Amino acid sequence: MNSIKFLYAAYIATWVIHGLYLGSLLRRYNRLRQQRKDLGK
Amino acid sequence: MKRAFPILAVLTALLLVYAFYEALWVAPMERTMGDVQRIFYYHVPSAWTAFLLFFVNLVASVVYLIGKNAKADALAAVSAEVGVVFCTVVLVTGPIWARPVWGIWWTWDIRLTTTLVLWLIYVSYLVLRRFSDSSQTPKLAAVLAIFGALDVPLVYFSIWFFRTQHPQPVIGGGGSIDPRMLHVLLINWLAFSCFAFLVCWWRYQLELLQRDLEEAQALEALLGDEGLPATSARARSPLNKTPSRPGTV
Repeated sequence: MNSIKFLYAAYIATWVIHGLYLGSLLRRYNRLRQQRKDLGK
Repeated sequence: MKRAFPILAVLTALLLVYAFYEALWVAPMERTMGDVQRIFYYHVPSAWTAFLLFFVNLVASVVYLIGKNAKADALAAVSAEVGVVFCTVVLVTGPIWARPVWGIWWTWDIRLTTTLVLWLIYVSYLVLRRFSDSSQTPKLAAVLAIFGALDVPLVYFSIWFFRTQHPQPVIGGGGSIDPRMLHVLLINWLAFSCFAFLVCWWRYQLELLQRDLEEAQALEALLGDEGLPATSARARSPLNKTPSRPGTV
């Protein structure tokens, strides 16, 4: 049974999910920072 | 506390790398499943972390319902969102592990089904919070969170009471585990818990910033309608009460 590819797939999938979520938080942070800047003008 | 964030982030990254090393190279290979069993070191800590976050969500929701505390409501929203991310990891890594071991990606087994229902409940919780404009939304979300939390013990104890393909729990159940495997499992859980804490912290700061902004925008719109100059609206804005938070969110 060549199971090593499933092991790598699971580990990569885990970090892809976390990476996508952190990326969405970063985009939200940049948008809020821009909104705050606009409001302060 | 704000200055501690980068230090904690570096320590958590190091801990995650160490936990990864332990999972792949230090933990002994399981005899029947082989290397694929190492998925266990990501799958199980992710599940425990999701349960922990849903428990935080339950407590924060109850606190909100009792005292109408806005910070408790923010914490409830944040813990549910990060909990859903960890629950997603569980639902993705589980089938990847099942395929080589059981020969199938998915089965409507009690543990798998209740976990999917748990994920759906908290996704609906997030959808409710995202798309409802009612002032009653936090209250409705808190009540939904209490119902959602009832599914957590059902997920955990389901394999005690029903015949299932899923292995028995490694702690507090009928299963047994090599002490070296348990050691690696606990290191990975610690690493993922620290990671979840940091993500929650960052997300909580974002939630507070977003609420401040919404309040400031509403105030500016209101005072603008009354014919007051925009500068006076800015002076009353909640954003002016707090210093800028670069690098803290």
